[in-house]
This record gives sequence, structure tokens and C-alpha cells, in this order.
Amino acid sequence: MQTYNLEDSYIVTPTESAAITTENIEVSYGSHQVIYQTNLQFPRNKISALIGASGSGKSTLLRSFNRMNDGKANVNGQIWYRDVDINDRKINVYELRKHIGMVFQRPNPFAKSIKDNLTFALKENGITDKQQLSQRTEESLIAVSLWDEVKDKINESALSLSGGQAQRLCIARSIAMKPDVLLLDEPASALDPISSAKLEETLKTLSKNYTIIIVTHNMQQASRVSDYTAFLHMGHVIEYDLTENIFTNPHIQTTEDYISGNFG
Amino acid sequence: MEMQGEKNISKHLVRKQDSIQSKFIKPSKATREDQLGKLICYLSIGMIVALVVCILYFITSRGLATFIQNHVGIWQFISGSSWNPGMVDGSGNPQVGALPMIVTSFGVTLLAALLATPFAIAMAVFMTEIAPQRGTKALQAVTELLVGIPSVVYGFIGLSVIVPAVRHLFGGTGFGILSGTLVLFVMILPTVTSLSVDSLRAVPIHYRQASLALGATRWQTIRKVVLKTATPGVLTAIVFGMARAFGEALAVQMVIGNAVLMPHSLVSPASTLTSQLTTQIGNTVMGTLPNNALWSLALVLLLMSLFFNLTVRFIGNWGKRKYES
Amino acid sequence: MNPKRTNQIATGLIYVLVAIVVLILAGLLGYILVNGVPNISWHFLTSGAEAFSAGGGIRDQLFNSLYLLVLTLIISLPIALGAGIYLSEYAADNWVTNVIRTMIEVLSSLPSVVVGLFGYLLFVIKFGFGFSILAGAIALTFFNLPLLTRNIEESLHNVSNLQREAGLSLGLSNWKTISGIVLPAALPGIITGVILCSGRVFGEAAALIYTAGQSAPTVNYLNFNPLSATSFLNPMRPAETLAVHIWKLNTEGITPDAHLISSGASAVLIIVILMFNLGARAFGNLVYLKMTAVK
Repeated sequence: MQTYNLEDSYIVTPTESAAITTENIEVSYGSHQVIYQTNLQFPRNKISALIGASGSGKSTLLRSFNRMNDGKANVNGQIWYRDVDINDRKINVYELRKHIGMVFQRPNPFAKSIKDNLTFALKENGITDKQQLSQRTEESLIAVSLWDEVKDKINESALSLSGGQAQRLCIARSIAMKPDVLLLDEPASALDPISSAKLEETLKTLSKNYTIIIVTHNMQQASRVSDYTAFLHMGHVIEYDLTENIFTNPHIQTTEDYISGNFG
Repeated sequence: MEMQGEKNISKHLVRKQDSIQSKFIKPSKATREDQLGKLICYLSIGMIVALVVCILYFITSRGLATFIQNHVGIWQFISGSSWNPGMVDGSGNPQVGALPMIVTSFGVTLLAALLATPFAIAMAVFMTEIAPQRGTKALQAVTELLVGIPSVVYGFIGLSVIVPAVRHLFGGTGFGILSGTLVLFVMILPTVTSLSVDSLRAVPIHYRQASLALGATRWQTIRKVVLKTATPGVLTAIVFGMARAFGEALAVQMVIGNAVLMPHSLVSPASTLTSQLTTQIGNTVMGTLPNNALWSLALVLLLMSLFFNLTVRFIGNWGKRKYES
Repeated sequence: MNPKRTNQIATGLIYVLVAIVVLILAGLLGYILVNGVPNISWHFLTSGAEAFSAGGGIRDQLFNSLYLLVLTLIISLPIALGAGIYLSEYAADNWVTNVIRTMIEVLSSLPSVVVGLFGYLLFVIKFGFGFSILAGAIALTFFNLPLLTRNIEESLHNVSNLQREAGLSLGLSNWKTISGIVLPAALPGIITGVILCSGRVFGEAAALIYTAGQSAPTVNYLNFNPLSATSFLNPMRPAETLAVHIWKLNTEGITPDAHLISSGASAVLIIVILMFNLGARAFGNLVYLKMTAVK
């Protein structure tokens, strides 16, 4: 395996206003460090992709943005969101996660009806009006283009949905909370190509209203959907730029090798 | 107080403040919910811990009273063979020799386990390696049902079937270690079987395939691969069965005859620790030697159950090491 | 001897041993049912017990067993839920948890007679409850807690971590995620476990002889005031259960038709436990179907 200089990096500062900014973020599991000195700005209402080989730390980095690493890994540094350092221990993570939602690698609908999947957290947040709940359900399902497929079985178990449907339901569940930022951790990795394509379309539509950060190991997917792309290698952000530039004109040899398939 | 703290936080956390930002640094309903939930769980587990400590403390302190208050020697208690705590012997010592009960308890337990083991292993091998799936399912359902049969029912059947049979075959009253052993054998058989089945099932299927592919016969595969790998699990099953047999009270008490005598044959009436406890604790007065002596028997039971527990742990660790190496 | 021959002999031996066990097991169940079922009649189930004459029933004992079971579950279920959630969701992987687990194991391996004696010492004598349903229910709780706790822990543990992450990522509190998402998903397993534990509690006798007592005083089934001494709901009255009744009939031997009543009562006990078992199974299947199948 070729060794690359991990200090060699090219990182741009997007011109758009930032939704999330990381400042010297480092993540470690015990004594094992997995993310080094990360300084990135994720622009508002754009799709940013984190790419890299498995084990590069991209999921771990993503999970820091809504504190899903709490109790699992140590995250040091600052993550600024709305001028608040959300990586501070004193932050109310439950409030934070209402603003920064997350969708996971494998679809994980609750063992409840399709409707309850969407309304459970809403009810917890004090929305009790039936009409409002129905409306949010419909809106969210339409946004992920699932409404037509499930509107007649909204009270049936969500476990009866196919993988692609279930994943779109999980996105709908997240956006029903009206978050600001949506984090997606390899959302298409468990899906077939058709479902995957549908999902990408959904994401493009959603990006008008949401800041989306997506982790993917699929470079084609990253090039198709994202505006900005960060390439991670062994816990270091090697390159961060407009997606177009990353894929056509990378500045760093490591990135070029990775995207051209000459890696390792 | 709280306001103060909030200000302190906001100074370094927030560059400028609006309503959403202040939400991020304040505890919410969710935070309080979390604390309440945690409290409930900690209280529950605390109760269980307190309960176990209480049981260990009470039984131990009561059980030791015989030796501390009544100055009975521990050796005398363990090795003496005459049990009559209300009376004193020729030299003025109270007669609290628990040996007959200890011997009987161990006797029925060991014999029952010895008897049950081959049958349980045969059943487990049959259910996991030989029988078609439907047969296995039926046998498993019956075994599970039998695990749940109350011990008094086993005792009752022992009393109405085994005791008369033993009497018929060997003479005497029919009550005794043999009847006790047979009842316990039937009683622990389902337990040992179902635990053995679990441990045999845990042997990965590719072990078997590899062995069969090498040309081994089914029996060779079972003996050299399956049983060998599952040995710790099967041993655990047997120890569990023994623990159950040792602690069983009513089923044994109904068929053993309840005479505190050194057993001299398998068909003479005897008494186990548990049977003596169940029959006598109601006939003694709290705080007197006869009562304390019974609590000492309970202490022996407790210690033995701890011992079985340790054994299971030991086997478990050994199994882990064996599996890893 | 060649391996083929050994294989045949060993297989044959296994068949013989299994046949013997099957005979024993079948004989056991057959004996109870064949001898017992003919003794079960409406009269048997609905009339009071007779100590010195034939023809008594098991009405009070049957009711006591059920009442005791209900009380036991009311006391033990909340504690076991809390403890099970603690072990599955909160317990750190350290020595404290190890000690707690060991303690639960110790509790579960204590002979039931020892648990019963502890209940007798503490509740019947020290706290002055006397022989009572309440003391019995508490003793049965001790006996029931470790099993139930472990069952709940396991059921919760079997719920995928993805469910927890999903709940948390929506901004739900840890507790809400556990109680609103993980617990419902684990419910089928928990209920099956509760039903199976019920069967065990229902047949337990050794822990009850010196806690709930060995007598079944006449009670009035129309008196619904639990504080009244004659009410069937009074938790402070002594209560002989079905299992204790069988034991007592066979050890005291003063009732002329003890054998018939014991057979009948044993059959009732087995049938109830069989119902618990089948119920648990059927329930499990039902939930499984409901959760996975499209209507």
C-alpha cells in the first residue's frame, strides 16, 4: 500500500453562509484516535458529501454533528451551529437533535404503524392537534415521495415496508420534526439501485429547504447529488471543495488516486 | 442559582443570543424525564441488591447463632451423626449432628445427576443431531412443559407410583434415598436436557460439516466434535440440575421418609437438609437451639447454592478460554 | 471395531435412551391426566375443601393460587421492569454491574425453601404480617424477580440498537426512547416471559408453606372490601394454594380421599400451566404475525 502524506491537504471555505462549522474537531475511541484536526464549513441549504474508504472516519465525524457519539467516543474541539458551540458538554442534546436530524445506514422504522412512526416524536413535543398531526404526516411523506405508495395503509405496521420505502419513511420521520440540518449516514447503502435513485431525487428536492450532509462510499452518488465534497483518509480531511472541482480537478494526489480508483 | 449558572455557560458557549440558542443550553422536559427514568431504574436495581444482601445477612446471622449463642462446635455440627437438638447426649452436649442430612442431600443429588446425565445427553444429541425437525419440536415442547411442572406434582407421583414400586421390589417402607433419587431424576431430567440442547445447538454447523466432509461417521462427529465443543455447556447443565436437586424441598420430603438417621441403605428412610427444614421449622420456637439448628441447615443450603453458582461461573470461564484458544 | 459398527451401536443406544425418556415423560403426563381428569368436575372446582371427610373440592385453593399470582405480578413486574431496563440500558460494563449480576444470579439459584424461610423470618414474624397472602406474594416476588428481570433484560437487549439511535436522533430523551420505542418493541418477548414465570409461580409451594400458610379459612366471595377479615380479597388472611394443598394432603394423610383430590388438583395444576405455556406460544406467534405481516 502506498503511503500518502496525511498533512497534505486542500480545504476551501465556501462562499455561502455556513450552517455548521467545525473547529479543530478530533475524535477518539479511548486511546485510538479516528479523526484529526478537522476544520470545515458546511454551507446552508446545500448538499455536502463526506467520502472516503471504509474506516476513514466519515461516519464518526458525521455523528459528532448531532452528538450521537456521546457515551461512545470523545469529541474534542468546537462545532458551531447558529453561533453556539454544540459540542459543549452542557448543551441540551435533545433540543439540538430536534434541529439536526439524522438518518442511518440501515432503515430503522419503529415497530409501530407508519403514521405513528411520524407522529410519535411530534406528540412528545407537544403537538396534540389531530389535524396538525395528519397534515405533518402527509407533508413529510409527500416530501419523500412516499405518500402515494402508503396513503391507503397509513395505519399498518411500518415493518411491512420494503427497504427503499422504509428508508424514505425514516427520512420523512426526520423531516416531520422540521429540522434545519439533515445528516445522512450512507442512507442508500442497503438499497437496490432503483430505490437508491429515488432517494437521490428526494434529497435534491429536500436541499431547497434543508442543509444536508451525507456520508457515502459511493463516489458516483456523491458526484450526482452533492454541491460540496470532503474527502477523508485515515481520519484526516484531505480535500474539501466544490464537488465539481473534486471530481474533475483535485488538488491532492491522494484524492485523485481515490476518485480514479487507483487507491491503496 | 440556575439563572446564575446559565449566564456563566452562555458567556463562553454562545456568541450572540436568540431564543433557539437559549433552548440549547437550558434543561428541557426531556432532561427531567431522563433523570426520573434513571431514578426509577436505579431504585429498582437497588431494591434487588438490598434484598439479596438482606437474605444473605439474615440467613447467615440466624444460621451462625447455633455456633455463637449455643456454643455448638462447627465440627460437631458437620460430623456428628445424631440429630436431636432438643436433647443432650451423655456428655451434656446438644445433639446437633447434621451429617446424616448432609450425606443424604449429597447422596440423592449426586445419584440423580448420575442417572440423569446419560439420558439428558442422549436426548440432546437426538434432538439436535438425529431427529427430524418435527420430532425435535414436539420433544422440545414436552420438555419445556415438564420443566414447568411443579415439584409437588413430582412428589405426589413419587408417592403414588415410585414409593409403592420400590416397596414392592425391595421391601421395607419404600421411602428412602432410592425413591428420592428417582423423583429427583425425573424432575431434573427436563432441565438438564433443555440446557444441554441449547449448548449443543450453539456448536456452529460448519464444525459438523467439516468433520463429515473428512469422512467421519455421524457418531464420530457427535463424540469428537459436537460433544467435545459443547462440554462446558453440558457440564453447566448438569450443575444446574444438581443445584435444583439439592435445593428441592417438597418433592423429596414427600418420598424420603424423613427420619434423621445415617442412611445405611438406599431403601431406608432418611432425611435431607430441605426435608428436615420444611417439616420442623414450624414445630420449633424462634430463638431456641432446635430452631437455631434448623437455620444452620438453611445456611448450609445457602452455602451450597453459592458453591453451585461459583462452579457454573468457573465452568463458564473455562469454556470461554477453551473456545478462544 | 470399525467406525461404521460403532456408529450403529451408538445410534442404537441413543434411540434406546430416548425411548426410555419418552416413555417416562409420556407416562408422567399420562398418569397425571388419566388419573386426574376424571376427578375434575364442576363440583370439584367450586366447592370448599373438606379436611376429615371425602368429597371436598379445591375452590378456595384455586382462587388463592390465582390471587397470589396476580398480587405477585403486581409487586414484581414494576421492580423487574426497572431492574431489567437498568441492566440493559444503563449498566456500564464495569465491576459494579458485575456484582449486581452476580447477586441476581445468587438470588435465582437460592432454593425456594430458603427464600420462603427468609420471608417467614422477616415478614411473618419480624414485621408481624402473620401467615398471609401478602407475605406469600412477597416471598414469591423474591423467587420471581431474578427470572423476570433477566427475561426483561434479554427482551430489551434483543431490540436492535438502530431503534435507540432512531429515537435519540429525533430529539427524544433517553428515557422516552426506552419507554416509548424500545420497550414496546420488546413487549412480545416480555409478555411471553411473564406468562412463563406465571406458570412457575402458580405451581410453587415450598416458598409458601411458611409465608402464605397452610390453611384456607372460609371467605365470602361477595365481600369486596379488602380490609374486611372475611373478604376473599383481604391480603392479610392466610391462604393455602393449590400446590400447598397437594403437599399437605399427601403429608398429613387425614383426608380419606386425599389421593383422588391430589390427582384432580395435580391435573388442574398441570392443565393451568399447560394453558400458560400454550398461551405464551400463541401470543408470541400472534404478535409476530401482527408486526410483520401485511393485513
